[in-house]
Amino acid sequence: MTRIAGIVLMWIALLALPWWLPLIGGYTALGSKVLIYAIATMGLNLVLGFTGGLSFGQAAYFGLGAYGAGMTLKYIAPSTPLAIVVGTLAGGIAATLLGPLVMRRRGIYFAMITIAIGQLFYFIMVRWNEVTGGEDGLAGFSRQDIHLGSWVIPLTGTNFYYLVLLCFTIAVGVMWTILQSPLGHTWVAIRENRRRMEFLGIRVERYVWAAFAIAGFITAFAGTLNALLFNFTSPQDLHWILSGNFVIMIVLGGMRSFFGPLIGVIIFVVAQDYLSSVTGNWMTFIGMIFVFIVLVFPKGILGIFNRRAEAA
Amino acid sequence: MELLLFNAFNGLIQGVFYALMALGLALILSLNSVINMAHGGFLVIGAYLAYTLTPYLGFWGALIAGPILAGAIGLIVERVLIRPIYNRVDPLYSLLLTFGLALIIEDLTRTIWGPQGLPLEIPDVINSPVSTEYFFVTGYRLFVMGITAAAVIGLYLLMRYTLLGIRIRAGTRDIETTSALGVNIYKLRALNFGFGCIFAGLAGVLASGVLGLTPPMGSSLLMPSFVAIIIGGVGSLFGAVLGGLIIGLAAGITTTYYPAASEAVIYLMMLIVLVVRPRGLFGEEGLFE
Repeated sequence: MTRIAGIVLMWIALLALPWWLPLIGGYTALGSKVLIYAIATMGLNLVLGFTGGLSFGQAAYFGLGAYGAGMTLKYIAPSTPLAIVVGTLAGGIAATLLGPLVMRRRGIYFAMITIAIGQLFYFIMVRWNEVTGGEDGLAGFSRQDIHLGSWVIPLTGTNFYYLVLLCFTIAVGVMWTILQSPLGHTWVAIRENRRRMEFLGIRVERYVWAAFAIAGFITAFAGTLNALLFNFTSPQDLHWILSGNFVIMIVLGGMRSFFGPLIGVIIFVVAQDYLSSVTGNWMTFIGMIFVFIVLVFPKGILGIFNRRAEAA
Repeated sequence: MELLLFNAFNGLIQGVFYALMALGLALILSLNSVINMAHGGFLVIGAYLAYTLTPYLGFWGALIAGPILAGAIGLIVERVLIRPIYNRVDPLYSLLLTFGLALIIEDLTRTIWGPQGLPLEIPDVINSPVSTEYFFVTGYRLFVMGITAAAVIGLYLLMRYTLLGIRIRAGTRDIETTSALGVNIYKLRALNFGFGCIFAGLAGVLASGVLGLTPPMGSSLLMPSFVAIIIGGVGSLFGAVLGGLIIGLAAGITTTYYPAASEAVIYLMMLIVLVVRPRGLFGEEGLFE
């Protein structure tokens, strides 16, 4: 019951965000960024937290989504929905094609291969200058108003936030449905006891592949929105540092819980925004957050609440 | 042809740095079961400390002091931060911890020594060009290869013939049995981590003679050394060295024909190896699978 109340409260807070966030010194784009990162990390958490695959190169699919959307707007057609679809497909299909290379691996090896594969896309975007803008990033495109028949929705900052919130809601609905389905339960079972699932005749590798591919689509979906938010994307959007940040956000919030990543994203993004405005050494502080979480806080914030709930 | 030889040789030098990095990473990966994301950080520490010490110790003293100090700092880091999390089964935590360390080290390096590149002074004795006949090559590049070969052979002898080396190899196979036989595995892992960092520091000092010193030099060498390990085969030190040389050479040769792909080719090679021979050239079947 408290869970439902909490979720309802969360949605009310999200709906009203453009009103209350400026009051406490934030800005609407920060809210959009939080929701976009929340989509990405919750998607990644399907692999990381629910299937138990240490995907450490997820920014690659985020960045592919972003570049896919940006290049669609810049070179193909000025249509926001088309940009979202193309970007999502670009990142998702890349993850689907690469899935068979990683699905057999576990633990450390899984992590190493996913990081290294991510770097491939990084260097393609850095070096394919004439099309991607190279190191400077891809600029010169902007999100277009949405036309629904004769009804035109201008994508101003606030309206764009609501588009992101709509996308967040859809993504959350899809992920929740998947996790409640036999597919989701099989993932959790693989995480808990992979060998036993193999003995039961489950094709474990295919399920890991499915998790990796679906996570790729969802992360790429978030990436498209990120490109639209800033009307810009750069190779930093597929750098392994962003991949690491995604993982720490998940761990910070609690990787065993569905909404854990959202909590982690809020804290991390706000902290990063604040630290980078007050000190030039914000990277050191972010690094210390990593170390602190690992040593003191490994179960994440929702993990602590869950432990209390179990004890009670 | 001349250009090809020149680029191939340059690539090989780059490959030497990858190989040194990969060797340290592979040591730590197999015994400590840690992917040391901060390995590039130890490279940077070794390089910058050598730079700072050069006026006092000269190049030769700094060449020795840099790696050893990197190893010493590695020992402290291992004792204070990494030892408490060996008992966490999930490798996620050591990955995140060393990732955080990498951010801290890179940022502090930038604060202490500044973001701009710095040159490492190399004595004229070894910096003069040796041959201009086929292609331009300085003595320093040959020197880098010589030192690296000596370090790799030294590590091989250590692993093959000394009690410490045998214990490290035994620990890699089965850490619990090794411990049950009375080996202090905490000490063993600490020493091993230190060795790994010494190799990172050595790579740093040698690389800064060719590439100069910049704070991100470590993280840009880190990823290719991952690839070196994957291509060479996880669990094989020899594979890591060979993998490093191969990708360096491949990148160098690609530079001649299609410079824009010189980085991407490394990762493409990795994908090909993963498709054709998933365990890598010298990896053991089933390890980490």
